[in-house]
Amino acid sequence: MTMKRRLGALLAVGLLLGFGATAQAGATLDKVKQNGQISCGVPTGIAGFAAPDSQGHWAGFDIDICRALSAAVFGSADKLKYVPLTAQQRFTALQSGEVDILSNNTTYTLQRDTALGLNFAPVVFYDGQGFMVAKKLGVKSAKELNGATVCVQPGTTTELNLADYFRANKMEFKPVVIEKRDENLNAFFSGRCDVFTSDASALNADRLSQAPNPDDYVILPERISKEPLAPVVRQGDEEWDDIVRWVVYALIEAEEKGITQKNVDDMLKSDDPNVKRMLGVTPGMGKALGLDEKWAYNAVKLVGNYGEIFDRTLGKDTELKFDRGLNNLWTKGGLLYAMPIR
Amino acid sequence: MTTEIIRHPARPSPWRNPAIRGIAFQVLFVAAVVALGAFLVHNTLINLRRQNIASGFGFLDREAAFGIGESLIPYSPADTYARAFLVGLLNTLYVAALGIVLATILGTVMGIARLSRNWLISKLAQVYVETFRNIPLLLQLFFWWGLLRETAPAPRQAWQPLPDVFVSNRGIAFPVPAPDPAYGWMVLAFCVGLVGAIGIFRWARQRQTRTGEQFPTGWVGLGLILGLPLAVFFVSGAPLTLDRPELKGFNFAGGHAVSPEFAALLLGLVIYTGTFIAEIVRAGILAVSWGQSEAAMALGLKPGHRMRLIVLPQALRVIVPPMTSQYLSLTKNSSLAVAIGYPDLVSVANTTINQTGQAVEGIAMIMAVYLTISLIISALMNLYNRSVALVER
Repeated sequence: MTMKRRLGALLAVGLLLGFGATAQAGATLDKVKQNGQISCGVPTGIAGFAAPDSQGHWAGFDIDICRALSAAVFGSADKLKYVPLTAQQRFTALQSGEVDILSNNTTYTLQRDTALGLNFAPVVFYDGQGFMVAKKLGVKSAKELNGATVCVQPGTTTELNLADYFRANKMEFKPVVIEKRDENLNAFFSGRCDVFTSDASALNADRLSQAPNPDDYVILPERISKEPLAPVVRQGDEEWDDIVRWVVYALIEAEEKGITQKNVDDMLKSDDPNVKRMLGVTPGMGKALGLDEKWAYNAVKLVGNYGEIFDRTLGKDTELKFDRGLNNLWTKGGLLYAMPIR
Repeated sequence: MTTEIIRHPARPSPWRNPAIRGIAFQVLFVAAVVALGAFLVHNTLINLRRQNIASGFGFLDREAAFGIGESLIPYSPADTYARAFLVGLLNTLYVAALGIVLATILGTVMGIARLSRNWLISKLAQVYVETFRNIPLLLQLFFWWGLLRETAPAPRQAWQPLPDVFVSNRGIAFPVPAPDPAYGWMVLAFCVGLVGAIGIFRWARQRQTRTGEQFPTGWVGLGLILGLPLAVFFVSGAPLTLDRPELKGFNFAGGHAVSPEFAALLLGLVIYTGTFIAEIVRAGILAVSWGQSEAAMALGLKPGHRMRLIVLPQALRVIVPPMTSQYLSLTKNSSLAVAIGYPDLVSVANTTINQTGQAVEGIAMIMAVYLTISLIISALMNLYNRSVALVER
């Protein structure tokens, strides 16, 4: 795995050296259409976000974002190649053209947006970094963690926030940095570290799906950072950037307008001009994006609106039972606010 | 007309001269390689700019802002990327240097053991070599790491095999002498002893060539090297306050601690490379024909002298060149540390690459460092090889 990863990094550098990925406008859509599939960079496994199910099919929140994109571009939700990428591999994979989009629990930051040559689509999940500890340690607050050994994944904002937090609170810590999330969690559950830190939602998913006994572990109340997670594309291809951006907005807008997987066909007869524009009854939006007029219809019909995706992968229909919290519509006290589709 | 031809023979075109032609081809070849290199660099810069990816080494001065678990020099997240890189480099050098010394000792012992006439000893050595040589190093690393992590208890229930030595899944914590000015003087005394021992060794050899008289260099040398520092130690009042590890909060504070990651990496590298060294040593000794030993015995040399003066100098000629390769691969294999979380050069550089996005620079730096380390090891070994090589008269 390590060798493979290093080979990947070297290959990426080789690509940059030799020919470089094309990043002019329109190139990604053309390439995707020519290949007949979208190459989607997903996490190597976080329950609820991206994990292969018992039949080996990838499922989860990150996966459904890519499926919605595939539905909008191809009219089929399965024209996808999933490329599992660790936090360290993901940006090189995108820069070098190995994947067309990252749907990889990636935090939106200035440094990544600028120096890495990337663009972020709208935030699809608002998260915050938390700490998981064994209950038997008796720790009640992150402020009591002075001197702790902390398992953390390299190449993440988590790694930086961790150092910031301990520095700001004048505490010491010892990081144990392991690239593979599974290895990292194993190290934590075997007692190598006192603390495992990650985005709180992923932390909870790990606790429920990976811990030998989930009740032996608690997640401390502090949220030490803002972790807005968003899909990422290469900078320079504005057309592809727009497609990803508006597919995300369409999923949110569909929930706001009450369009669901079940009623989307009935909604085609809606009198609401906004709904008619979005679903392509009134043409124009699809053409503007360079897609079929049915782009948003297909995404909702084949994958569902934002709320349905959330409930199915993370929310009330799952064992994770995440609260919508910040990830609710702005009309319901959350932060999700789609730009007008017109 | 004919006479003129004889007087001024038509000069063959320089192209027909093999020497000139050879030089021309070499110049062309070098030019092509340089041009290719220049094209690659140029193209990379253009590609990076077109993709809006930052380039250049300016990031080295910026604050690293990430923590590193183990460091030989003081380091905090407020330090620069350059310092973080240095921490990683020192960690790599530390594990590689220790690994080379220990693997050489283990390999030599095992190589000689395999030649032993004792059936059990030679079979044990053989089983060791055949087992660990044929399992991929990465798997061995995971094995040792898992073993250290899973079998050892939590810090609060740490094993205590010796007073003040604690074994837990955080590693092995043991006491170290608290810093005292006397230790600096002891190091100095050690160096003086070493120089003195070398001087005596040379003097004794010259005297022996001249007069045939022998001198017990071994004992006197050992006395100088160990005795001088010990004398300093006692003269300065035997200052021996121990810095003992103590359980404080989550972990042991004080003393010195060896992390499971470092221990697993060192163990894996030493045991794996030791197998190859064992085979090299065995081959080296077998390469010296039995007749040499018989001749030495006929001259009445003692077994120790026979080994030191006759067999070993000839065996080393066979041993040293392949040994260089093993030292090089041990150093390079230490980069497998990333898999088990020891913060070596590659691990730190990977994080740097990811946080800054400057993969080309980061990988170039890793490659340059490994190349430099390897060339230095290689040069030192070649130097040593020259000293043991056959000198023809």
